[in-house]
Amino acid sequence: MMASDAYTSAGDKGEQGSGRAATSREPMISIRGLNKRFGSQRVLCGIDLDVLASEIMVVMGGSGCGKSTLLRHMTGLMEPDEGSIRLLGQDITQLSDEALKELRKRYGILFQSGALFNSLSVGENVALPLREHTNLDARTIEIMVKIKLELVGLREHTDKMPAQLSGGMKKRAGLARAIALDPQILFYDEPSAGLDPVTSAQIDRLIIDLTRKLDVTSVVVTHEMDSAFTIADRMCMLDKGVVLKVGPRREFESLRDASVESLKSERELLIRQFLRGASEGPITDRQQSSGYAEDLLLEDMQGQER
Amino acid sequence: MSASARESQQGLRRRGVLMAIGSLGALTLGYAGRLFRFAGGMSVLLGAMLGDLWVVLVLRRSRFRGEHVLSQMVRVGVRAIGIIVLVGLAIGVILPLQMYPKLDEFGQAEQIATVNAIAVFRELGPLLTAIVLSGFAGASIAAELGSMVTAEEVEALEAMGLKPVNFLVMPRLVATVLMMLMLTVIADVVMIGSGWFTGVRLGIDPDLYYHLTTEAVDLTGFGTGLVKAGIFGVLVGLIACYLGLSVKPWQGSEGVGRATTATVVYSIVAIIGADAVFTIIFYAYGLFS
Repeated sequence: MMASDAYTSAGDKGEQGSGRAATSREPMISIRGLNKRFGSQRVLCGIDLDVLASEIMVVMGGSGCGKSTLLRHMTGLMEPDEGSIRLLGQDITQLSDEALKELRKRYGILFQSGALFNSLSVGENVALPLREHTNLDARTIEIMVKIKLELVGLREHTDKMPAQLSGGMKKRAGLARAIALDPQILFYDEPSAGLDPVTSAQIDRLIIDLTRKLDVTSVVVTHEMDSAFTIADRMCMLDKGVVLKVGPRREFESLRDASVESLKSERELLIRQFLRGASEGPITDRQQSSGYAEDLLLEDMQGQER
Repeated sequence: MSASARESQQGLRRRGVLMAIGSLGALTLGYAGRLFRFAGGMSVLLGAMLGDLWVVLVLRRSRFRGEHVLSQMVRVGVRAIGIIVLVGLAIGVILPLQMYPKLDEFGQAEQIATVNAIAVFRELGPLLTAIVLSGFAGASIAAELGSMVTAEEVEALEAMGLKPVNFLVMPRLVATVLMMLMLTVIADVVMIGSGWFTGVRLGIDPDLYYHLTTEAVDLTGFGTGLVKAGIFGVLVGLIACYLGLSVKPWQGSEGVGRATTATVVYSIVAIIGADAVFTIIFYAYGLFS
């Protein structure tokens, strides 16, 4: 319910960047009532979320809030317990293996580590989806690989092996592979994790450029606030498997810059603390209030259950 | 010692025995459960593999990755040739030397050739090759697939719409089986040759040794050995792929290490178990008469 509230407000006020035509646009991704449990632990509780065409949606949240799990559901790598996930108009929870395989050609994923195949060179990594899913001849594939690598600024590294690349270059190469089949949606799992600030900023730039140049829809999962505020058209804040707020970047910016006194609800205070990366606030209080010994006992019991 | 003390000691001992039986039972049940799950998972993987082979080879709906099979064969098998030759040479020396004194007592020293030929073609060739290959191919496949899981590479494959069974398991399994067959032939030849050399050094006539060897081994003997070799290849490849892909991303290098060790152990147990089963079957069908 709260998610859809936030969503309508996004439609009303979405006037910046490509968020302008938000109300008239068909959602590229539409999630309704998504639930997921791991054993006795609820990881996602009734997630509702829409991602609109050509926007960059940033999904944020602390460690263990369920954002990576959400990404895995959106990309069909995990099956939900309940709920629907519509991607490009198709409910991926209902698709057959064959149909899902077809749909997967229309979206790309950049994994946290880049997930390049270590036994293949950078060029071969990018060529792989083209070789497997198209009937293009070797010469055409070679040219397309060059184009994709040029887009991410790695053309001169075509013949290098992944082990010879730095962390940032691996992510660029992974990105080139993700866009090999000209997808309509791009998913990014923690694109700035483990990168130095400059490289991280370059990746942010790349995400924005690619989204505009290729006219794709981007979903970025991150907890790096600098990067989130740089790239987002709209943002979504997750906490304990629940969507706290969805809205245009501006709303989150004003929340971040607001004084503690002006905010009334606990939820707003919590979001503010997260956005500012402050060490004090509702998140900290929550951590302290739950008894440490009780947690230990609970962990122990869960361990035994397993 | 008083009677009551002795009694209580007996009671203690009895309780100890009962507890031992109880915990042994629990342990067995636990093992049985794990074995059941393992066998189930392996069957599912084998089923998926066969289904895939059917689609690729018979229906021709998907491409057969011949170049992947070839590169896996090189990676998995070629490096093992040296070790196989070394082990084969040693066995060819050991076997005749062990048998010679007893056979010589009966004045049948030349029968070394017969025993050596039967043992090598039917048993030792396939068995030792499989054990060496479970260390070479099995461990390296499990470690490679396990690290691919932890590096998100397997997820990336799935996300690209490429099935890990088709893309990763099939080339490795086919390569393991083919290499197993080839290496078994190499092992057979080396062991027989080395046995011949040892026999001749022990004073057996070279031509007689050769003659007895060819007499002892017919096509059935050679064939049953190769059938076993093929089955061992399937077992090693399947166990390695299954355990490698069973590593969970969050288990990291520890999970990879565990999968690698488990692959070698499970493979050797499975190989020897299957060997016993097939030897009994071949014997029952009179293939050895």
